[in-house]
Amino acid sequence: MEHQTHITLPKGSIEKTTTTLNIGPTHPATHGVFQNIMEVDGERVVSTEQTVGYIHRAFEKLAERRPLYQITPITDRLNYCSSPINNMGWHITCERFLKLDLPKRVDYLRVIIMELARISDHLICNSIVGVDTGAYTGFLYVMQYRELIYEIYEEVCGSRLTTNIGRIGGFERNFTNTAFTKLEKFLNEYPKVLKEFENLFARNRIFMERTKGTGGISAERALNYGFTGPNLRAAGVDYDVRVQQPYSSYQDFDFKVPVGTTGDNYDRFLVRNAEMYESISIIKQAYQKIQEFKGAEAEVYHADVPEYYLPKKEDVYTKMEALIWHFKIIMGEINLPKGQIYSAVEGGNGELGFYLISDGGRTPFRLHFRRPCFIYYQAFEELIKGGMLSDAVVTMSSLNLIAGELDA
Amino acid sequence: MALSNETIQNQLIEKFGDQVLNFSTVSGILSFESSKEINLKVLQYLYEEPSLAFTFLTDLCGVNYPDNMGAELVVVYHLHNFSENIRLRYSVSTSINETAVFTASKLFESANWMERETYDFFGINFIGHPNLKRILNVDEMDYFPLRKEYPLEDQTRIDKDDEMFGRG
Repeated sequence: MEHQTHITLPKGSIEKTTTTLNIGPTHPATHGVFQNIMEVDGERVVSTEQTVGYIHRAFEKLAERRPLYQITPITDRLNYCSSPINNMGWHITCERFLKLDLPKRVDYLRVIIMELARISDHLICNSIVGVDTGAYTGFLYVMQYRELIYEIYEEVCGSRLTTNIGRIGGFERNFTNTAFTKLEKFLNEYPKVLKEFENLFARNRIFMERTKGTGGISAERALNYGFTGPNLRAAGVDYDVRVQQPYSSYQDFDFKVPVGTTGDNYDRFLVRNAEMYESISIIKQAYQKIQEFKGAEAEVYHADVPEYYLPKKEDVYTKMEALIWHFKIIMGEINLPKGQIYSAVEGGNGELGFYLISDGGRTPFRLHFRRPCFIYYQAFEELIKGGMLSDAVVTMSSLNLIAGELDA
Repeated sequence: MALSNETIQNQLIEKFGDQVLNFSTVSGILSFESSKEINLKVLQYLYEEPSLAFTFLTDLCGVNYPDNMGAELVVVYHLHNFSENIRLRYSVSTSINETAVFTASKLFESANWMERETYDFFGINFIGHPNLKRILNVDEMDYFPLRKEYPLEDQTRIDKDDEMFGRG
């Protein structure tokens, strides 16, 4: 029998066989402000067009009017799942640009904070992949450890999500004993929980069937698309900024760079999971090294750079010089040297780069953020084409797309 | 043999002669410039020449120098050779009145959105780009906001009546 359509189309018209589906800008499955205009054939994705920019805040323009220390709060709002890495990345860029030397203890404290941030970032990403494949338990269970990480941030800088942690030249205050106690608690309890979390997913048949073979990419394509971080490593390229261009004394630590083979959602999950174990090991080594400092060295938490590091408040009230520096720093009256620098750190989802150009003024002449997820989100269409719509949702969350970083 | 900044510089000069210029090492990264007409030739040579193999485009962005007459806009490419772990900075400049630069998106898929971003903020017209339209700003915007001629709003202005944000 011939196929009958109940709508009679005008003569000569071409019948559209696909459906246009608009997902986002706000949709429970996208975990952030992302819009995708998809063409779907049944449940298969034919093509998609990503629209970005819904929370663009012109950070690069704002930065052109701010002295260096006022740019740190802007970097908080890039990848807000791991703000401390962004903060440290910015401080390290400034310190490299100004050629400041930092005491080892500051480097190690920074490593602790950055690795905690990496754990909290990967933890969110992996547990959200779990949520999108139908397993809410893992997400809720690990939240209490993210909470513990946030409490450690709170001890150090006073805030939790947008941390503004550290200063150019070091930290705003020394780590308190409470901070170290909480860190010890975290180091004691978290590995066990992470193992449980891994057991919940890694060999779970439902999870494996949802994630294996979906959203995969070859190493060549991933490189061409500018992938970095766990997503690139899942495709089998062992590029890690911490190893290739060590910053903050990462060369003093012994850790592995986990890699995958197929670059699919499952490999991305495994790579992130393995990285969390490496992060725990790095934190342990750093904590060990910090405890080995003796005497005055054990109390150092910032470098001696009066031009950029705010003096103590009691000195500001009693000493002329401190008062002058305080005023000059707060009012942003320090002239920067001329020059330019590109400096990168390994962020939660890839190489987070800062390209700073100074013309000798008080603010950057130009500051460009290399945001890893802006660059690799381009590959989304290629990753999901021909797959099921439900796999596209999982792919999106396993890429660890953070709208704040994407839109800058 | 390990690749060094000098080797790269010599190889580039050997290939392109005096078309590549202004070599300098800025904070450890070799930087150089060329005219915008040969940007694709330079990028392709850096990509395909086996001894150089700059196959990873780390970053692409624009810069506006309003005082450089005839070369107000600059496109900066940051390239990376992973196996030798060496970075390279390459830039081409263009006049603000004639902003055409060839697209690198055929060589690097990653350049696609980065060029759209550069177009969006600086108005650099990438010739041959598959989909050159605004990416972060609204489509209706009729200027290029990161150019220096558009300053940020003066924070002390008083003519604006805006109760929501504490003015007026």
